[in-house]
Amino acid sequence: MGCLEALKPEIILSQASFKEAREYIKKNVREYHEVEPGYRIFDVHIIGVPPLYVGVEGEHLIFPYTKPCHGTFVVKVPGGEELARLRARKGK
Amino acid sequence: MTENNEKTALILLGCPQVPVQTSMALYLVHGLKEHGIRPVIAGTAAARKLMEVADPDRHYLEEMTDLDAAIDEITGKQRDFDLCFVFIHNDSGIAYAGTMAYISKARLYALLFGEHARDLAGEIEFPCEVVAAKAVHNPMPLKRKLDEVMQWAVSKR
Repeated sequence: MGCLEALKPEIILSQASFKEAREYIKKNVREYHEVEPGYRIFDVHIIGVPPLYVGVEGEHLIFPYTKPCHGTFVVKVPGGEELARLRARKGK
Repeated sequence: MTENNEKTALILLGCPQVPVQTSMALYLVHGLKEHGIRPVIAGTAAARKLMEVADPDRHYLEEMTDLDAAIDEITGKQRDFDLCFVFIHNDSGIAYAGTMAYISKARLYALLFGEHARDLAGEIEFPCEVVAAKAVHNPMPLKRKLDEVMQWAVSKR
C-alpha cells in the first residue's frame, strides 16, 4: 500500500464491493465529499463508478480503497494535507 | 495515440487468479499488433509477471506498467489511448472499467470472463462494449467473442 500503508489505516469494511463501500460512507459518515473516479489520496486512487465518496471524521479521512484481487476496503487514516485539499473542492 | 500517429491500446489486467486471463491477454496483444495498434499492458505485479514469463523473448510484449501509474498518467492528462480493454472477473474489475470510462477518451471494451461473467455484465452501468463469456480454464468461449469484436474494433478505429 506504500504511503497509505505507512499511515497504518484502520480497516472499517473489508472485501466489499465498491457500491457497498459507497453506501457505507454515505450512511455512516456525516461529512462526505463526492470525488471523481481516479481522484488521488496519498498514493492511491479512488476507483469505481460515480458517485464516489470520501468521508471526513474529525482529522481523519474515510475512503474506499480497491485492490484488484481482494475487492474494496473502507479505510480510515489521518487526513493531513489531503483533508484540506478535499474540503477546498467544490460541492459536498 | 502517439506522436507519430500510431494507434495505441491500453490493456488493463485484473487479478490473475482466473487462468484464461494471461492467455487471452497475449492473444489480444497479438491481434492488436497485427493491425498496427501498439499495446500497453497495465496490471498488478503478479499479472505482469505471468505475461513476462510467457513471452521471454518479448515477441508480443512491449510496454508494461503498473495500474496506478497508468491511471496517474491518464488523470494527469499526460497520456491517453485510442482503445482500452479491461479484463474483468470480479467487482474490482468493474470498478476499474468504470474508472476508465470516466477518465479516458479511449473506446472502452469490457472483457468479462470467469464463473460469473454474465452476472457481472449486468452490473455495468457505463458506456462500453461488453464482451462476456463463461470462461475459466478454457479460453475458447472468450476467444470467439473477442474475435467478433476485434474485427469491429479495428475497422472502427
